[in-house]
Amino acid sequence: MEQKIEPQEIQLTKQDFESDQMVKWCPGCGDHAILKSVENVFPVVGQKMGYKKEDFVVVSGIGCSSRFPYYMNTYGIHGIHGRAAALAMGIKLTNPKLSVWMISGDGDSMAIGGNHFIHIARRNPDINYLMFNNKIYGLTKGQYSPTTPKGQKTKTSPQGTFETPFNPGELAIGARGKFFARVIDTNPKLMQKVFLEAALHHGTSIVEILQNCVIYNNKIHALITGRDTKDDNQLILEAGEPMLFGKDKSKGIILEGTRLKAVTIGENGITKDDILVHDPTTEDTGIHMMLASMAPPELPAALGVIRSVKAETLEDAIWNSVEHEKEVSPYKNVDDLLNSGNTWEIE
Amino acid sequence: MTAKKDKIVEIEEAVVRFAGDSGDGMQLTGNLFSDSTAFAGNDFATFPDYPSEIRAPQGTVSGVSGFQIHFGHKNIHTTGDLADVLVAMNPASLKANLKWVKKDAIIITNSDEFTEKNLGKAGFDSNPLDDNSLTGHLLIKGPLNTLTKEAVKDLDLDNKSVLKSKNMFALGMIYYLFNRDYTKTFPFFEKKFKKNPLVVEANKKVLEAGFNYAETLEVFTNTYRIEKASLNKGHYRNVTGNLATAWGLLAASERSGHHIYLGSYPITPATDILQELSKHKQFTCITQQAEDEIAGVVSTIGGSFAGAMAVTTTSGPGLSLKSEAIGLAIITELPMVIVDVQRGGPSTGLPTKSEQSDLLQALYGRNGEAPCIVMAATSAADAFYSAYEAAKLAMEHMTPVILLTDGSIGNGSEVFKIPKVADLPEIHPPLAKANDPEYQAYKRDPKSLARQWAVAGTPGLRHRLGGLEKADITGNVSQEPLNHQIMTDLRQAKVDKVVDYIPELKIDGDDKGELLVVGWGSTYGVLLTAVEEMRAEGKSVSMTQFKHIMPLPKNVHEVFSGFKKIIVCENNMGQFANYLRMKHPEFKYEQYNKVQGLPFMVSELKTKFDTLLNE
Ligand SMILES: Cc1ncc(C[n+]2csc(CCOP(=O)(O)OP(=O)(O)O)c2C)c(N)n1
Ligand code: SF4
Ligand SMILES: [Mg+2]
Repeated sequence: MEQKIEPQEIQLTKQDFESDQMVKWCPGCGDHAILKSVENVFPVVGQKMGYKKEDFVVVSGIGCSSRFPYYMNTYGIHGIHGRAAALAMGIKLTNPKLSVWMISGDGDSMAIGGNHFIHIARRNPDINYLMFNNKIYGLTKGQYSPTTPKGQKTKTSPQGTFETPFNPGELAIGARGKFFARVIDTNPKLMQKVFLEAALHHGTSIVEILQNCVIYNNKIHALITGRDTKDDNQLILEAGEPMLFGKDKSKGIILEGTRLKAVTIGENGITKDDILVHDPTTEDTGIHMMLASMAPPELPAALGVIRSVKAETLEDAIWNSVEHEKEVSPYKNVDDLLNSGNTWEIE
Repeated sequence: MTAKKDKIVEIEEAVVRFAGDSGDGMQLTGNLFSDSTAFAGNDFATFPDYPSEIRAPQGTVSGVSGFQIHFGHKNIHTTGDLADVLVAMNPASLKANLKWVKKDAIIITNSDEFTEKNLGKAGFDSNPLDDNSLTGHLLIKGPLNTLTKEAVKDLDLDNKSVLKSKNMFALGMIYYLFNRDYTKTFPFFEKKFKKNPLVVEANKKVLEAGFNYAETLEVFTNTYRIEKASLNKGHYRNVTGNLATAWGLLAASERSGHHIYLGSYPITPATDILQELSKHKQFTCITQQAEDEIAGVVSTIGGSFAGAMAVTTTSGPGLSLKSEAIGLAIITELPMVIVDVQRGGPSTGLPTKSEQSDLLQALYGRNGEAPCIVMAATSAADAFYSAYEAAKLAMEHMTPVILLTDGSIGNGSEVFKIPKVADLPEIHPPLAKANDPEYQAYKRDPKSLARQWAVAGTPGLRHRLGGLEKADITGNVSQEPLNHQIMTDLRQAKVDKVVDYIPELKIDGDDKGELLVVGWGSTYGVLLTAVEEMRAEGKSVSMTQFKHIMPLPKNVHEVFSGFKKIIVCENNMGQFANYLRMKHPEFKYEQYNKVQGLPFMVSELKTKFDTLLNE
């Protein structure tokens, strides 16, 4: 039994979701822009999917990013560090009719919550998972995280980190996640488009948001987001479109042997037909994994929806089983169960 | 078929212990004998005693699996101290269990297994069947392998399948000894081996052969019969504590109208509850085997927020992992039941053995001032009512409730009078009304101090919860010093108020006297048996068993005041005694503690109580 929600005439506005609480992120923090985008996208999600304002639930772990639920006028829980995925899952499995959004940081999702991250991807409940990746621990004031580039100096790595970082996309796809997208906090249009696609995707939609922490890790994504460098360092993916990038879309991605390669159209006999066309829907993880791995300076970072594969959701599987068992079970109520099997009467 | 021997001796009660290698099917044998005991109308209690390894080295003492049943005409409160009859399927099981049998016990052995090699594995220097070391016991040396093969020689079965049924030969012998009708077990074989008629036939034949063999034994000069127990009129069944816990939760779910959300991670001896609840999707019982205990409990907080009756089940190590999240449930004031089936600790400890050593962890094992309701079930059957009450209190008072059971309750079984769900107390959670303009997340019921349950998805009640301190009434985030004091006080007061919603402490025996025996949780049966026996001997002893620990019942002072001495008995180093010293420092407490992974024995308790009386 798929939990179908009939689209209906619901008129929601951004104001419906704005909270009266003071937003306490640092001025200039990327989180502000993400909040705006989410506030903008919820009314659209409501309209397109038939959710009323009370149907939205926003949960989070702990971190600067995880203060998010307090700043949205929805049902919400600010949870404990790393465990928001479990919180979200309990809500969705209990009531599949809710639109469940989960907010987390790179420390929250990749360190203390790493285990929950791979398991939610594997289980595929219909949850929209927004991971703010500032490659640093913001709330605790600047320690390195599992996504901090190797060698970077932070408060806990004065000599530079010695560790190889995680790439969240690789982890999500490697865990057989069905939806992975990446956006940047400086592009609200792309954020809103991708958040909407995440909501429309029936299953766990993981969106990595490259977010700038002005205080402890300023400009960590500058190569990808900077005005002068971004064209050459970001590839905005569109389903069914060739993977073109660069100022005048003169560059593209091809598959050479078993590896992706950036090329320039017109050079070395390359034509537009050689460029890979993006298909986020293939079950096979190969190209999606390679796209998620791309990083400047060799290759542009892939943005947009990298992977979006249809699959049964966890809550549908469970609730279908509930419906089925209701039909076939010999026990119509708990009294039946208590009296089942070997029983005897004392006169 | 019942025994033909002319001399039937009427007895009051008996303890039978089945022991063998973990592959010998002793748990099944024990369970079949329990069913037959139920048919015979006796009251009974059982306890399995098995190693934590699934298949420990064959033939060794560490691989021995046992099952004890205590049955009788009177009410049976314990699984019995020492056995009247021991079935030992190999030398190791004899070695491991000799200390648990009476001096004059009947010992039935499978002599075919007492080979030099097996004796060596069990650590015997000489064969106990021949060296007179068992003098005083009534020793049966039965070649059970040979006799089993003989019984089915006409059936076309391989040797291995044949020998698998030798436990049924032993069962047949015990059936004979206690005048049981072995044909009553046939339907079980027919169901279990439905696909293999040959195996059904073999088991029937072997069971019958065991029965007949016992009849021919000269040494059995008589058989035994136990009168039907004087149980109240009603419909009965056998339950283990874990089963009863699961069913109590299902009953509470049905009665409250809130479907269960269970997030758990397998751990001995609690796994049975997760397994049982996983079977019952027809009651919209949503179960999730989480990736760890933390995910399990946190997902139930989500479930609770979305309106489910939230449950997580675990044992001590799992409770440790859940501590931080229980704190979140306490500060968000969401209802949830946490079942801890305690086992021997610390760390992995004794996974299959019972202990009561998680009490202080349940009471205080969290960061911050984090009170919640703590209760303990007093028997396998009581686990049904305790689980029901835990769920009721959680939902009505908007708080986590930790229910402590333990391995002895969880795996132990006893006779259970089947209640009607409609006769159980009603459950009325304080649900917030849709679009209530007065709704505020932390506004409280003046009497219980519970806040309202505004289930996610309800129109007009959007609000945020979380682990940051909340402002009184509004529930907004607040770092105000005075507010934190108020909220801390309120969280404690809310739990303290529960005292008005739980029963008072009861006394077994007179309400005044020399000695009051105090216990909590699973020790009830054995303490009661000891106290009843001593009272029959004319001694001034009474007892009281605690089921509610946080908060304690109202009348503790009144009950304790009637006695010259108080002794607190528990399977830990004195956690409850120390808790009582803190809560009721006006009394002096003696202690009796045992942490051997084993239940108290009636005899050792009586010795201790006698010493106190004679001091
Ligand atoms: C159990 C526990 N351990 C540690 C902390 C301290 N802590 C709070 S947030 C945080 C890291 C947050 O980093 P991230 O998830 O990247 O979020 P950000 O602040 O960068 O948005 C840590 C270590 C905690 N709150 N709880
Ligand atoms: S510390 Fe960094 S991440 Fe946190 S609010 Fe400030 S800028 Fe944002
Ligand atoms: Mg971070």
